[in-house]
Amino acid sequence: MLHYIVRRLFIAIPVLLGITILNFCIVNLAPGNPVDMFIDPNTPQQLVEAKKEMLGLNDPLIIQYFKWLWQLLQGGFGYSFSSFAPVTHIIGERIGPTLMLTSISLTLGLLIAIPIGILSAVKQNTRFDYIITGLSFIWTSIPQFFLGLGLIYLFALHFKILPTGGMLTIGGDANFADRIKHLILPVSVLTIAIIGKKIRYVRASMLDVLKQDYLRTARAKGLHAFIVTNKHALRNALIPIITVFGMEIPLLLGGSIIIEQIFQWPGIGQLTMQSILSRDYPTLMGLNFIAAIIVLATNLFMDILYFVADPRVKYN
Amino acid sequence: MIEAKESPSLSPLIQIEGLKTYYPIKKGIFSRTVGHVKAVDDISLNIYEGETLGLIGESGCGKSTIGRSIVRLENPSNGKIFFQNEDITQYSNKQLKPIRKNIQIIFQDPYSSLNPRKKINDILSEPLIVHKLVEPHEVQQNVDQLLDAVGLPRSYKNRYPHEFSGGQRQRIGIARAISLKPKFIVCDEPVSALDVSIQAQILNLLKDLQQELNLTYLFIAHGVGAVKYISTRVAVMYLGKIVELADKTDLFNHPKHPYTQILLNSSPLPDPKLRNKERVIIQGEVPSSANPPMGCRFHTRCPYVQDKCKNEEPLLTGFLHTVACHYPLG
Amino acid sequence: MSMTDIRVNPTTRIMDATQMIESELEERYTQQIIRRFRKNRLAVAGLVVIILLIFTGLFAPWLTPHNPNEVTAVFSASPSTTHLLGTDQVGRDVLSRLIYATRISLIVGFITVSIYVTIGTILGLISAYYGGWMDMIVMRLADIFMSFPYLMVILVVVSILGSSLTTIILVLALFSWPTVARLVRGSVLSLKELDYVKAGVALGLSPARIMFSHILPNALGPIIVNATFGVAAAILSEAGLSFLGMGIQPPTPSWGNMLSDAQSLTVLTNQLWLWVPAGSILLVTVLAINFMGDGLRDALDPKQ
Repeated sequence: MLHYIVRRLFIAIPVLLGITILNFCIVNLAPGNPVDMFIDPNTPQQLVEAKKEMLGLNDPLIIQYFKWLWQLLQGGFGYSFSSFAPVTHIIGERIGPTLMLTSISLTLGLLIAIPIGILSAVKQNTRFDYIITGLSFIWTSIPQFFLGLGLIYLFALHFKILPTGGMLTIGGDANFADRIKHLILPVSVLTIAIIGKKIRYVRASMLDVLKQDYLRTARAKGLHAFIVTNKHALRNALIPIITVFGMEIPLLLGGSIIIEQIFQWPGIGQLTMQSILSRDYPTLMGLNFIAAIIVLATNLFMDILYFVADPRVKYN
Repeated sequence: MIEAKESPSLSPLIQIEGLKTYYPIKKGIFSRTVGHVKAVDDISLNIYEGETLGLIGESGCGKSTIGRSIVRLENPSNGKIFFQNEDITQYSNKQLKPIRKNIQIIFQDPYSSLNPRKKINDILSEPLIVHKLVEPHEVQQNVDQLLDAVGLPRSYKNRYPHEFSGGQRQRIGIARAISLKPKFIVCDEPVSALDVSIQAQILNLLKDLQQELNLTYLFIAHGVGAVKYISTRVAVMYLGKIVELADKTDLFNHPKHPYTQILLNSSPLPDPKLRNKERVIIQGEVPSSANPPMGCRFHTRCPYVQDKCKNEEPLLTGFLHTVACHYPLG
Repeated sequence: MSMTDIRVNPTTRIMDATQMIESELEERYTQQIIRRFRKNRLAVAGLVVIILLIFTGLFAPWLTPHNPNEVTAVFSASPSTTHLLGTDQVGRDVLSRLIYATRISLIVGFITVSIYVTIGTILGLISAYYGGWMDMIVMRLADIFMSFPYLMVILVVVSILGSSLTTIILVLALFSWPTVARLVRGSVLSLKELDYVKAGVALGLSPARIMFSHILPNALGPIIVNATFGVAAAILSEAGLSFLGMGIQPPTPSWGNMLSDAQSLTVLTNQLWLWVPAGSILLVTVLAINFMGDGLRDALDPKQ
């Protein structure tokens, strides 16, 4: 097994390098340059040039790339073009709220989708099953921003029981209840998206497990007895399910952009939008890179987990 | 390796010299090659025009690999393959294309040897079209003739493989193999997957076609009955090596290698009077072909094993009836 | 001995009667699939909805009561008899814009998917068939592209390159091909070991012919399912981009950019006609596609 891990890590290195290159290419395709964004059009050209020189924008692209890479290896992403604060610092500030949203949604999603999915499989073709299946279809199909807007409309504006956005009430005390109130809507949107997909997956996996002959007799004895006597089978089915949840993380990172926009959530999603609008390259590259690393790490971890669970799965 | 002369006067259609097909075993972080599965280990063989060379042995002894190596579906690691005195061992796919018309193969599993998405007509006409053997307007005629040759109604050409039984599919496989008018066909266990009653029909079909179309066969099987019925000469393989080679009657009536004797004895005989009172029971399991035993490869299971067998590998010796054994029977 | 007794008559070659299995269902493969699909009512409903939408998109000019870009009346007017869904903040008819936006979504959906499915399939085929370096490189490339969170990286690229319809389509396709390539590669790796593929090699067929004529048709099932769900994903992505202001720009109507207006609390509370219809039709479209995709998946893989 150690072989497998080392091999996977080894393969990940060129991928990592490729990520940095692609990242760099993307961000530098831009026609405009950031200096133009926050100067008075009347500023004399020399000053503009000086500024550009200072920010290293006049060097050939390859040089810029290696400068960035070198910086990266020393643990930094450079300085933001708009706020001049270190990018790592900026991202560090904003990543907390996003992680909070993501982890809560993922956990809730797991806790809800797995039991309901199992139940739905066990009660296959009953009314309960049809309702759940129907709901999960709708939940996967609804665009996240529409759901978000709808929930805000219903609960914040119509029923007025929840806030419309932000992490905390401005001017209020930052107590736990307040935080929870602000969390409910955004987390709901993310969680609903997750469970929509995952209930069906859990259900399908469970059905596969249930179909096996030796379990049919156990079922005849009743659900409780079934679970008690077949913990082993359930556990086998559970591990792949958990790994599949891990696969949601990259999607959550992307989805956070929209959610944070709607709910004015001060996380890295919102930061991404701001950086895009202000053409803050270093921040954008840092964000892109971190996101890619998270995805890479998650995939690696999930692959290993899957391999541990089912050693028959060989790399490639 | 002493190449004993088998049949005099005719030049062989297919010649195999020192064929070795090894599969690397990879282990470790960097997939280092730690050993080889020696599927075919230094085999030399001549196959003469018009004959049927039967090849028998246990599963995993490498007989299928030889067949596939000749048709170049497997790539030899060492040695040479000659077709009509032409060395085709290192030919690229492009160079092989004209040769492929002459060397064909019939597969064992009728359920995976036909493309489920293609009509029989397409399966049979494709080789004709690709090799430009007939004019476009003659294709249908040819397909009809092929179906006639294997005993299937012409109307079947518009159907799909899943609509046919195993035996019918094998017939289609045979039709495909003869479509290019080959000289030589590797029959890779063509009847092993069929019911016994159907086996006879297919074997007879193969025999009839051999006569009509002047074919040469390499007939690979692990069951003795089919080989006995259709072959002219028979070779016995064990763990990548040929241990005995003789005319059919000679081999079956006077086997010289202990393994051959055991193999022949283990096939069920319906007539109780013909059964040996004394059966020689084979011992042990097939050793791994990655690590064959020292000396004679069969010595670990041979009931007549002696000291010499454990140390020295016997070579194929003899005239017309060759055997690789230090203490051959009879 | 038993086997020599049954002989086949060499001149007439008539087979044993028990062998002639007349197949009662002389169905072609595709017919079987269609039959299974039709049994799934939701899937059929989905198909009907999509066809209606395509119809709407095609005949938009004849179906719309007003010109979608023309300022016809009071801005932000609530629904009335002349403007069934009211007017937007500039004074354009919402219903007409909604109908024209169908075109955008469908175009993005189908064209994006066509592009990336083609690229992904070809790369996956070649990669799996030839193996070796080719395989290594393509798979590493796929890994690299797949490492970026989909929406995030698309947003960044589109914001840089500009938000024309073409750019959006190309960028979406650029980051979607890896999934298809992996899928196809997986199928081909197992298919290429089958005897009928080997037979093709033995018959001297060219690799291209073997790949496209023999292997690909047998790998189509999952590709089609993936493509169907891909259309929904592409439509949602475009809507998301437009919602954030980085996608289709007004005055061209897109369901996404119509929803963008609702980020203002006044619109959200008081002018429901400006955003609820757009969101609803988006939901219905994606739902229909998902039903279809699900139905296709079950029809193609009958492991019931």
